Amino acid sequence: MPGAVARFDFFGVLKGIDFIGALKDAGLTALLAFFLLLPLIGFNTFQDIHNELTLAARWPLLFKFVAIAGVGRLAWLITIAPWLEWRALKPREPSATATRLRAVFARWFAPSAIGFVLIYPALVLLLVGFTGAAKWVDNFGIQILIYVMLGFGLNIVVGLAGLLDLGYVAFYAVGAYSYALLAKTFGFSFFTLLPLAGCLAAFWGILLGFPVLRLRGDYLAIVTLAFGEIIRLVLINWVPVTNGYAGISGIPRPTFFGIPFNADDDGFAAVFGLEFSPIYRTIFLYYVILALAMLTAFVTVRLRRLPIGRAWEALREDEIACRSLGINTTNTKLTAFAMGAMFAGFAGSFFAARQGFISPESFTFLESATILAIVVLGGMGSQIGVAIAAIAMIGGTEILRDLDFLKYYFGQDFDPTQYRMLLFGFAMVAIMVWRPRGLISTRAPSVFLKERKTISASLVKEGHG
Amino acid sequence: MGAAAEPLLTVEHLVMRFGGLVAVHDLSFAAARGEITALIGPNGAGKTTVFNCITGFYKPTEGRIALVHGAPTLWNELDALTRRGDRSAQTADGALFLLERMPDYLVAQKARIARTFQNIRLFAGMTVLENLLVAQHNPLMVASGYTLLGVLGIGYRGAERAAIDKARHWLELTRLTDRADDPAGDLPYGAQRRLEIARAMCTDPVLLCLDEPAAGLNPRESADLNALITSIRDDHHTSVLLIEHDMSVVMEISDHIVVLDYGVKIADGTPSAIRNDAKVIAAYLGVADERAVEAVEAEVGL
Repeated sequence: MPGAVARFDFFGVLKGIDFIGALKDAGLTALLAFFLLLPLIGFNTFQDIHNELTLAARWPLLFKFVAIAGVGRLAWLITIAPWLEWRALKPREPSATATRLRAVFARWFAPSAIGFVLIYPALVLLLVGFTGAAKWVDNFGIQILIYVMLGFGLNIVVGLAGLLDLGYVAFYAVGAYSYALLAKTFGFSFFTLLPLAGCLAAFWGILLGFPVLRLRGDYLAIVTLAFGEIIRLVLINWVPVTNGYAGISGIPRPTFFGIPFNADDDGFAAVFGLEFSPIYRTIFLYYVILALAMLTAFVTVRLRRLPIGRAWEALREDEIACRSLGINTTNTKLTAFAMGAMFAGFAGSFFAARQGFISPESFTFLESATILAIVVLGGMGSQIGVAIAAIAMIGGTEILRDLDFLKYYFGQDFDPTQYRMLLFGFAMVAIMVWRPRGLISTRAPSVFLKERKTISASLVKEGHG
Repeated sequence: MGAAAEPLLTVEHLVMRFGGLVAVHDLSFAAARGEITALIGPNGAGKTTVFNCITGFYKPTEGRIALVHGAPTLWNELDALTRRGDRSAQTADGALFLLERMPDYLVAQKARIARTFQNIRLFAGMTVLENLLVAQHNPLMVASGYTLLGVLGIGYRGAERAAIDKARHWLELTRLTDRADDPAGDLPYGAQRRLEIARAMCTDPVLLCLDEPAAGLNPRESADLNALITSIRDDHHTSVLLIEHDMSVVMEISDHIVVLDYGVKIADGTPSAIRNDAKVIAAYLGVADERAVEAVEAEVGL
């Protein structure tokens, strides 16, 4: 019976494992982890009561991490690695059900994801009730969606047009400050200022675009990085307008078509005969940013199928060939910058309206890096990939706040959020090892004659010039 | 070149210097409408530099490059236009362009000169069909209301269908219909060469500049290429300017040949005249025996 041969013979495989070798390997891993983590985790600096910087060693914590590395490696070598080896030897025959399931998944993934985000606030209310819902809708829903939107916007510049922009947060800041200043000074409403903030950001996008048109690759990245810093420094130093480090507070909050979300008699809750709760505003904001993110996605999908979108992608593939076909590469690059900046402007003005307070600290280089990481991890040019990456990156850092069970192993004063950047780095390395072109790396053609075939990432260029 | 053939493109006293290196020196020739003009010469003779000057990728150091759409009477306007300092002159009969004054994308867009590249430049990550649609960017851009109407979904569908039909026409002529939905980077070499020609033709050019289209092709593919280029001349009313090393292509399909050596024109005429030209034989095709070398050297003054 051929089937019996292919069955996983656990004891047979177990006999084949080189336990001494695995132990040696695990020991080596632990040693490596020790030296690597010694400066990262082993030492901690803090200010003592005399206000002096003191170095303290955290040996127990360090050895707990080293133990995780060593034991984890050993467990991997004697369980998962042999199983993977066995699976690689087994002749692969993709079963009919698996192929069909995959097709069904591909067909229904996007619609069901959209359905889920539409009912998400209701779902949260149902599961955790009014008191706990704010955290889930605000920290997870709104926060993630802002980054999804920023990711979609940057995707136009980096993913489609292939222009590496390290100063994207500048346009986010322009949008936020435009809304904050115009709303406070002139009292315009959120929905009037939203398009205006987008236009202003697009204008700055074009302004940045002009000097960098001739630059490529690394040079373009450096100049855009500098542009992001210039905007931040102007916000810090132009105190009469921006109030410097102190930021702008008391920014008018969006209203429900003129009805404010407060406890007054003409507030949202009173008008609709509900008991007052701050959650209504949060849910309203959730739907506003959801609509904005969907608009961005919709426009990007549309643009990809229009000549301008194809010109962006052609520009990423080969700029000289574009020029030989009569494409004005200057205008094409500028529209890419302007479109990307416009969506960042929308997101920025939403951010200002949601927070009610903004300061230059919200617009540091780290933000640009996070957004770029979302685009790169998601797979450049892929909408779904970017959305998944945003959920993983932003949701992942939010969820660190809730991992209290780790305290049982690491000790009571262990704070997982402090390891955010470390995990961030690990995630980047892992993705770049296993999926160097991002989670979804294939390119879907914008038009087809007979059959839509996805294009492998190895053929698609990354551009950056 | 027969007396009846009227020029489409004229190159006059073209000089291109890169620092101290003179790549092209005082080159003048004309490419006639409805003809295939070949530009040949040994490696480093400056052929591709001439191409880059004509298509606007290089700005010539000196010289005038002019192209006419429509009536030949427009050539009378040439000196007036040069003095006026404009890029082009439009009349009811057609238009006259001074290419050395135009940036590369305008040469393609307005003067309608299309080109291919010596080292193929396709959009490798895009499908064959997408490559042909990118070539129709400018008309499609107008049809989509410069994107504004297109985003709203107004009036673009029809234009795209027409563009796909034109692409399909060229796919059939270049025998690429079966590969239309494959990425261009996946095609075999010969097919990539044909696709680049199809892409250039999708811009509706009046002059097609081919930079070594037969390089790397086998004899059968070369013969197919000959048929394709002649059909472009005869059926699509597009003149062709050709750089080529493959003599089976050059001698068979060219109506007129210009020979360059070290940036200087050494011969200009019909294929049969070029075949028997002593300087060309010396510079390009090689010479048969020692005495001929001496005779040729005496003639060119070495």
